[in-house]
Amino acid sequence: MNRLKFFLPVIIFIGLAATLWKGLYLDPKELPSMLIDKPMPEFALTSVQGLPVGNADLPDQAFLLNVWGSYCLPCLIEHPTFMRLLEEGQIPVVGVNYRDQKELAIEWLQDNGDPFSFSILDEDGRFGIDLGVYGAPETYLVDANGVIRYRHVSVLDETVWKEEFMPAIAELEIKSGK
Amino acid sequence: MTIHINSLHNLNLTSLMLLLFALILLTPTSAFTQVDTFQFSSEEQQQRFRQLSDELRCPMCQNTNLTGSTGGVAEDLRREIHRMIIEGLTDEEIEQFMFERYGDFIFYRPRLRADTFFLWFGPLIFLFMGGFVAYGIFRRAKALSKIEVAFDESQQKRLEELLAEKL
Repeated sequence: MNRLKFFLPVIIFIGLAATLWKGLYLDPKELPSMLIDKPMPEFALTSVQGLPVGNADLPDQAFLLNVWGSYCLPCLIEHPTFMRLLEEGQIPVVGVNYRDQKELAIEWLQDNGDPFSFSILDEDGRFGIDLGVYGAPETYLVDANGVIRYRHVSVLDETVWKEEFMPAIAELEIKSGK
Repeated sequence: MTIHINSLHNLNLTSLMLLLFALILLTPTSAFTQVDTFQFSSEEQQQRFRQLSDELRCPMCQNTNLTGSTGGVAEDLRREIHRMIIEGLTDEEIEQFMFERYGDFIFYRPRLRADTFFLWFGPLIFLFMGGFVAYGIFRRAKALSKIEVAFDESQQKRLEELLAEKL
């Protein structure tokens, strides 16, 4: 009993130190998405090209949902990855043109190439709020049933593709029993 | 008019300073710091808007509330709060709307749940633990000081011998 009394402060200290030590290495900028394992929010908007788009227009297989804007410089860095995914036919990418102007968005797609199946036009950022977006670029992985499974904030380059998205997609395939 | 000027002349410096100070105090400063372009139908709605955008955190910033942020998403969220207030939603419903999209991050005062319990009451628990330990130490010290030392006959004799030796 006395021995326990002696060691109790030490045990408490170690516990506290371990917790705080772990806290030192947490990224305060990392904001977990509330939409993981939840279905894509309902939307009835138009595409950048002016066609009406809604949930029914989404691919009936797993796809990426990429939040972009013509003002967004990091989006240019991840752009080649999406172009490659399109060329290799690996996974469809749907765009969300977030807080942008239609004309500028069309110009951006013409200048740089359009890797998206279509881009949802979200000029006032209202759809972005439903997604829990807080700035471009962000990329979501949505499964064949339209359920959001993963979110990556900031640039999705080849490294992020290999280290985060490929395993996440592989996991989806295992789950769906393919 | 002349009387007025004359009376001002008669004021001494201290009274003038006091007058100036009172004027500064009476000037509403806070009313001018934020320019809202939102229209509300009542003072109470505007008050609620202020309160909510003061207490909700801008998701793209690390430590700025919605009121203070110029970020795009903060602008959108202020607009949404305005819309929801006009539509007659309660503060709780608006907070729930934000929570469903941005999670605990949006709150400066996180909700009380099992996993936030320690966050809320941790400091209090530590305070009690410290107090408990301090009380124990204090009590033991007090108890020790009260112990009366009683010698038996031979010990008393030896004590007297020792004292005598010293003297």
